[in-house]
Amino acid sequence: MSETLAEGRTLADLAIEVRSKNAGPFWVTMELFMRDSEGYAIVADESFINEQVVSGLYGVDARSIQIFRIPSLNVVKVSFPRPISQGSLRDRDIHAGQHHVPLARMRVLGE
Amino acid sequence: MDNRPGDVVRVLAATGMLGSGFPEATIERGLELGADVISVDGGSTDSGPYYLGSASSKSTAQAVKRDLRHLLRASARANIPLIVGSCGTSGTDKGVDWVAGIVADVMREEGIDLKVARIYSEQDAAHLKDDVAAGRVRALAPAGELDSETLESCTHIVGVMGHEPIVEALQGGAQVVLAGRATDTAVAAAYPLMKGMPAGPTWHAAKIVECGGLCTTNPREGGVLATIDATGFSIEPLSPDAACTPISVAAHMLYETVNPFEMREPDGTLDVRDAVYTAVDDRVVRVEGSRFHVADQYTIKLEGARISGFETVSFSAVRDPIILGQIDAWAGFLRETIIGRVRQTLELEPSEYAFDIRLYGHNAVLDELEPESAPPREVGVMLLVNAGDQATATAVAKVANPLMLHLPAHDMDYLPSLAFPYSPAEIERGPAYEFVLNHAVDTTPTKLFRTKMGEASYV
Repeated sequence: MSETLAEGRTLADLAIEVRSKNAGPFWVTMELFMRDSEGYAIVADESFINEQVVSGLYGVDARSIQIFRIPSLNVVKVSFPRPISQGSLRDRDIHAGQHHVPLARMRVLGE
Repeated sequence: MDNRPGDVVRVLAATGMLGSGFPEATIERGLELGADVISVDGGSTDSGPYYLGSASSKSTAQAVKRDLRHLLRASARANIPLIVGSCGTSGTDKGVDWVAGIVADVMREEGIDLKVARIYSEQDAAHLKDDVAAGRVRALAPAGELDSETLESCTHIVGVMGHEPIVEALQGGAQVVLAGRATDTAVAAAYPLMKGMPAGPTWHAAKIVECGGLCTTNPREGGVLATIDATGFSIEPLSPDAACTPISVAAHMLYETVNPFEMREPDGTLDVRDAVYTAVDDRVVRVEGSRFHVADQYTIKLEGARISGFETVSFSAVRDPIILGQIDAWAGFLRETIIGRVRQTLELEPSEYAFDIRLYGHNAVLDELEPESAPPREVGVMLLVNAGDQATATAVAKVANPLMLHLPAHDMDYLPSLAFPYSPAEIERGPAYEFVLNHAVDTTPTKLFRTKMGEASYV
């Protein structure tokens, strides 16, 4: 996965994998699997990825967002209630498997 | 059945989903390594509410039969139990009977005679209404309080069982247990818990093996074997081309879970915060430090689905760059024009039906979250209509048909013809379903479930 645009690296560029998936019918969860501790330090920085930022990317209430930072795996995990219930008329991604993209294309700051 | 001393229990997980297939060598390898039990998950909510709502299976009978044939042969040969959870995808009573029928066919064809238990997990809305009235039903985030109308509207409701009804069936002499809806983990945890293995390592191992080879470096190759003992568990792949690494195993706690450190089961919570993952060699991983906190109140989670309407889908495509250059405006014009024509032709107001226009190639997947805006080269236009009955849904799609063929962009003074990929354009999808329950009942481990031993009467 590479979505490098004009300038600066995206989180996808620094990650082994960025993925999203349902966690049951009413939640979606996504993970940034970073390549190394340097990449992890960037995404684990609470001023870079936090509830407000995720709220802006996905249009969900910041108070409903859970973020887990797991240094032993170089992983940041984000979970929130599905804004559109699974299988409903407006659900275009039944497994929520393509909803990592807004997160994955975030640009690294200061590059 | 072989009741070896309970110092270790080896769980063979052949595949993440019954009917998805696995190499025969997977099972052979698991038996060689001394598997004590075979567990396999037969279902999930992951593919949507249709399977619960309609009580139908996602996998075909042929695929399920193929997998069961190998699993039943192995169970008979090694004289070890076979546990299947969430039979028929959603674990409805019909799903259990469907799998039981296939098991009976295979046993007859193979000359195998094993004692079978069927555990039914479907719930009666009337009984659940009493639970609601008595304050025994809790809403799980993000759901609200449960009301009677919602319960009554469900076509099927299942309770998600823990390990206890499965253990009861095994203790009752069953060698093959066909469970209705069960937690993915209960299927693998039941036998080790029955043999006295500690809850922390057992539930953690069960979570790691629930998707078969997904916790390995080569997820498409075969299953895994978990060996559980008094202080932890080890996990190894059954394919020679796969390996378990501390990262591949630890990472599986993230998969399809809201919280990677805690997982709720009916009788408590698995806590892996202090779990330590160590490479035993280049294929096997040892895990210690997993804990299980028993809950004050035993709860069973409910799943329910109901019909949300009837759907008809239609699909056309745009290649003309003039329309593509203003595709959002064109889609808005399509939406308005459909509403107007439906009012005129069918005398229906927008509140009496619903539709979604999805622009594949433009922003269909992410909709308003789509961050890119480069002009597309071509766009597939999907119209999905939902109405109270099939005839109305199709009528709306048919009213839209000439628009999906000829609707111009605002500044065109001629009628374009767009590209339908097939004819007729409308496809009736039948009833559409939605999940409506996200609640748990305060109850006992076995009260909501019914077990029947022996051959099913319908066979």
